[in-house]
Amino acid sequence: MSQSFDDISAQLKRRHRQSTHLKWVSMGALGLAGLFLVLFFADMLVKGLPAFQQAQIQVQVDYSEQARQLPLAALNEEVRPLVSRGYLRLIPRRIQENPQLLGTTRMEWVLADSQVDQYLKGHHSKLKPGEQSVVERLQAQGRAELKFNTTFFTNGDSKMPELAGIASAAMGTLLTLVVTLAIAFPIGVMTAVYLEEFAADNRLTQAIEININNLAAIPSILFGLLGLAIFINFFGVPRSSPLVGGLTLALMTLPVIIIATRTALRSVPESIRHAAFGVGCSRWQVVRDHVLPLALPGIMTGSIIGMAQAMGETAPLIIVGMVAFIPDVTNSFTEAATVLPAQIFTWAGEPDRAFVEKTSGGILVLLAVLITLNATAVVLRKKFERRW
Amino acid sequence: MQTNQIIALFIGALLLLGLIAFFLGRAKATRVRAGGTAMYAQPDQYAWFTVVSTAGPALAVSAVGGFLLLLLGAEIPTLYLLAGSLLVACLGLAIGIFMVRPDFHARQAIERVIRWVLAGAALISILTTFGILISIVGEALRFFQMQSFWEFITGTTWNPGASFLQAAGRAEEGSSTAQFGSVPLFAGTFMITAVAMLVAIPVGLLAAIYMAEFAPKRVRTLAKPTLEVLAGIPTVVYGFFAAITVAPIIVSVAGFFGLEASFNNALAPGIVMGIMIIPFISSLSDDVINSVPDSMRQGSLALGMTQGETIRDVVIPAALPGIISASLLAVSRAMGETMIVVMAAGMRPNLTANPLEDMTTVTVRIVAALTGDQEFASAETLSAFALGLVLFVVTLSLNLVSVIMIRRFREKYRVNNL
Amino acid sequence: MSGHERSRHASSRPEPGQPVTRNTDANHELSIRVRDLNLWYGQSQALKNVNIDIYQKNVTALIGPSGCGKSTFLRCLNRMNDLIPNVRVEGLVEMDGRDVNAPKMDEVALRRRVGMVFQKPNPFPKSIYDNVVYAPRMHDLVSRKAEQDELVEKALRDAGLWEEVKDKLQEPGTSLSGGQQQRLCIARAIAVQPDVILMDEPTSALDPISTATIEDLMDKLKQQFTIITVTHNMQQAARVADYTAFFHLGEIIEYNDTKTMFANPAVKKTEDYITGRYG
Repeated sequence: MSQSFDDISAQLKRRHRQSTHLKWVSMGALGLAGLFLVLFFADMLVKGLPAFQQAQIQVQVDYSEQARQLPLAALNEEVRPLVSRGYLRLIPRRIQENPQLLGTTRMEWVLADSQVDQYLKGHHSKLKPGEQSVVERLQAQGRAELKFNTTFFTNGDSKMPELAGIASAAMGTLLTLVVTLAIAFPIGVMTAVYLEEFAADNRLTQAIEININNLAAIPSILFGLLGLAIFINFFGVPRSSPLVGGLTLALMTLPVIIIATRTALRSVPESIRHAAFGVGCSRWQVVRDHVLPLALPGIMTGSIIGMAQAMGETAPLIIVGMVAFIPDVTNSFTEAATVLPAQIFTWAGEPDRAFVEKTSGGILVLLAVLITLNATAVVLRKKFERRW
Repeated sequence: MQTNQIIALFIGALLLLGLIAFFLGRAKATRVRAGGTAMYAQPDQYAWFTVVSTAGPALAVSAVGGFLLLLLGAEIPTLYLLAGSLLVACLGLAIGIFMVRPDFHARQAIERVIRWVLAGAALISILTTFGILISIVGEALRFFQMQSFWEFITGTTWNPGASFLQAAGRAEEGSSTAQFGSVPLFAGTFMITAVAMLVAIPVGLLAAIYMAEFAPKRVRTLAKPTLEVLAGIPTVVYGFFAAITVAPIIVSVAGFFGLEASFNNALAPGIVMGIMIIPFISSLSDDVINSVPDSMRQGSLALGMTQGETIRDVVIPAALPGIISASLLAVSRAMGETMIVVMAAGMRPNLTANPLEDMTTVTVRIVAALTGDQEFASAETLSAFALGLVLFVVTLSLNLVSVIMIRRFREKYRVNNL
Repeated sequence: MSGHERSRHASSRPEPGQPVTRNTDANHELSIRVRDLNLWYGQSQALKNVNIDIYQKNVTALIGPSGCGKSTFLRCLNRMNDLIPNVRVEGLVEMDGRDVNAPKMDEVALRRRVGMVFQKPNPFPKSIYDNVVYAPRMHDLVSRKAEQDELVEKALRDAGLWEEVKDKLQEPGTSLSGGQQQRLCIARAIAVQPDVILMDEPTSALDPISTATIEDLMDKLKQQFTIITVTHNMQQAARVADYTAFFHLGEIIEYNDTKTMFANPAVKKTEDYITGRYG
C-alpha cells in the first residue's frame, strides 16, 4: 500500500519551500532589473534637470566709449567675475549695431558665469568667498536668479558651460537621420519586398537572409571602420559630415528595416494575394496596390524603431569623425557636424564640473526624443494591429 | 560649387526628359488605341516604360562613369560624363517611343525592370558585408605587413605610442619601439564581458523565468516593455552613467572593504553593460521558455513534482539550447560594445585578473587609434583594423553558433509537438 | 457480476448526493468517490452534478462525444485543472477519506498518488533512464544506484518496454517511436507507485499495433493500479474497461459495468452513442 497523504505532505515541505524560493528569487530578479531602471532615470533626472535652468544676474551695464575697447569696463568691478565672458564679448558688437546705446547706462539681466550658476544651484563652485557674498547679496535683492535656460536649446557647443547648447548637435542629428532614412528606407523596403514577394527560395536568397541576420548582430563600431575605409578614404565623402554619418548609420539600420518589413509583409494573409491575382493583377500590381498598403503600418513601426536606434548610436560616428567641436548651427550635408550622442560624449569628457549638468541635460533631451519615437511606434502598432 | 551646379542641372534635365517621355509615350499609345488597334497594355504602362527606357540607361551610364572616376582615377570630366548620359537619355527616349506598339508587352517589360531593381537593392546587404570584410581585411593586411602577426596574437605589451615617433623618423627619441601585443586588450575585453555576463545572465534568466512561469498576465504585459526600455537607452548614456555614478560607488564600496579601486575599474562598465544586456537575455529566454510545450510541464506536475522542480529539471533543460543561444548573442554584443568602455574603462593596457584595476579593451583601442591626429597609414591607425578584424571574426562566429543552436531548438520542438 | 439490476436503475436517474452505481462485489473497494461535482470555465459550466464511485484495481473508461467533459472530469481527479486560469470547482472528490479539493490538500501530494498519462506522449528531454528515475528520486523512493537500476528495470518491464530499450537506456526518451514513448510515459507514471493512473486518450495518437500493446498493458496494470481512461474509441472501452461511464454535455448519463452498458444500455442516448448514431 502506498503512503498516505499526510506522510507525503510531510516529505514535501522542504520541496515546497524550494519551489517558493525560486518564485521569490525570480521575482526579485525582475524587481532588480526594474530597480536599475528607476535608479538610472532618477540619477539622470537629478543630474540633468538643473541644466534646464540657468543663472542670470541683473547688473548695471555702462555702454561707455571705453567699454567698446575693453568690455570689462562696462561693468562694475564687483560683478565683473560673475558675468559670463560670452556676454562681455558681445558688448562692442552691440554698440556697433546700435550706436544709440553709446553713453547710456542700463540695468540689464545678463547671463551669469557658470560658477555663479553652480553656486546658486548649491553645487560645488570655484567662486571666492568675496564673490560668493556678492552673489548672495544680489540674490537677496532679487537681482540673481535661476531662469529657464533658452541658451541650452539655441546655442551650439562652447567651451564655456553657460553658453554650451545642443542646437548644432540637434541639427546634425536631424541632417544625419535624413540621410539615413533616405537611404535605408527605400533600400530596406525594396529588399524585403524582393525577398518576400519576388525571390525564389534559392541559394542566393538564403545567402542574403543569413547575411541580413548577421549584419543585425555585427558590433556597430565595425560599421564605423567600414565608413572610414570605404566612404571616406575610398569615395572621398567629407569626414565628419552628416553625409558620411548618415551613410554609415543607413547600413546599420538597413537590417532593422528589412526584418520589420518582412514581418509586416508576411503578416498579410495569402488570401489577399490570391484574390488580387484572381482578378488579373500582375505580381507588382498585387504588391503595390494590395500588399504594401496593408503592411505599411508595420513597415512604419519598424522604420521608426530603426531610426530611434540610429539616433542613439555613437561609436561608428566617432570613427567617421562626427565628434567635432561645432559652435555654430550649420545646415549643410557636407560640412563638419556633430550629433546629440556625440555631443554628450564630448561633454562627458570635459573636466569642468559644470559640464556634468550639461551632459545629463543633453541625455534627458535625447531620452525624451527616443521615448517619444518608440511610444509613437507602439501606438502605431496598437492602432493598426490587425488579426486576420 | 561648380560640380554641384552641373549635377543639379543634370538631374533637372533628366527629370524634364522623363516628363517628356511620359507624355509622349502616353500620347502615342492613346493615339494608337484610338485608332481601334487592340494593345497589350494600358497607355500609362507604355508611358512608364518610355520613362524607364529614358532614365534607366542614362543613370546607369553616369553611375558607371562616376565609379570609374573614383575607382580607377579615370580622367573623365564630370561635364562630359553627364552630357554623355543625357545623350543616352535622349536615345533611350527615342527607342522607348519607337517601342510603343500594339504588339509590345510594356507591362511585362516594366515588371522585369522592377524585379531587377528590387534584386539590386537586396544585393546591397551582401555588398555591405563584403564592404566590411574588404575594408577591414585590406587595412589589417597592411598592418600585418608592418608588424608581425604572431607578435600581435601573443604579445603582452600594447604600446603603439612609439610608432608615431618612428613614422616621424625620430624613433631613437622614444624609449622603446612600438609594440602591438593584443593579449592585454583581449584580456580586458574578456574581463568586462565576464562581469557583464555575471550580471545579465542570472538576472535576465531569472526575470524570464518569473515572467514566463509565475507572473500574472498583467505583470507580464507590463514587465516586458519596461525591460525593453533598458535595451533602448543609448550606449553613450550608459557610458556616462557608468563613469559618473557607478564607478565612484564602486570605489567607495571597495574602500569600505579596505580595497583600492581605480576610477576606471573594469567593474563599473561591466556591471552597467550587464544591465544593458538584461533585456536581450530575458526577452529571448522568455520566448524560448514559453515555446517549451506545456505537455512537458504537465507531465512533470502529474508525477507529483512541485512547480519549482518542474521548472528547474524539465523546463530549463528543454529550453537550454535557446538560453545558451541568447547568452552567446549577449556575449557577442558585450564584446563589441564600445561607448560604455570608452567612457568608463581605462586607456591603459593592463594584464590583470583584478576587476578593480583599470584595464582597456579592444574597442577602446580602436577608438583611440582612430580619433587621434594620426596619419592614416601609420601602424597605430592600421592596428585598429587588425583589432576590428579579430572582433569581426569572433562576433560573427558567436552569432553563427547562436543561430544554429536556436534553429536546432525550433526544429526539435516542432517535431515533438506533432 | 451481481448487482446489475440495481445499478442500472440507479444510473438512469441519478439523484444528487447518491452514488450513480454500486458494485457489491466484495473484491472492489472504493477508490475515489465523487459527489455533486460542478465545474465552470469562466461563465460556462463544463461539469454538471457528476456523481460516480470509482473502484480500486479496475479499469474505468470514460466515453462520450468530444467536448462532453470527460477529460475535464479526469483532470479534476488530480487537480490538473488548477493550471488553467478561471476554473471554479464545486463538490466533493474524495480519496482515502480526504476531500481532494479541500484547501488543506496539497495538490502535489495528490498527484503523487494519482498519476497521469497524456494524449500525446511527452517524455522529458532526458535519457530513457532519467525519464523513469527522475520522479522516484525526487520523492526519495530510491537513493542508491542499485535501487535505481532495479526500479527502472521493474517499471520498464511493467510497461512492457524493457526488452526494447534495455541496451539504450542512456539515449534520449524522444528518440523512441510514438508507441514506445507512450509506454515510457506509463513506466514513468508507475515508477512513483501511485494508487490511481489517469489516462487521457492514451492511444489516440498511436498506430493500431501500439494501441493494442497499450491496451494489453492496461489489462495487466490493473492488478496493481486503479486505472481511469478517457477514450473516443468505443471498441477500446468495450475491450479494456471493467466499468464505463458515458458523459454527455457535462453530465454522466449512464455508469455501469461495461458488459451491461454495451449489451443493454439503460438510456436511449447511451444506446444511440454506442451504436454510432452521433458522437
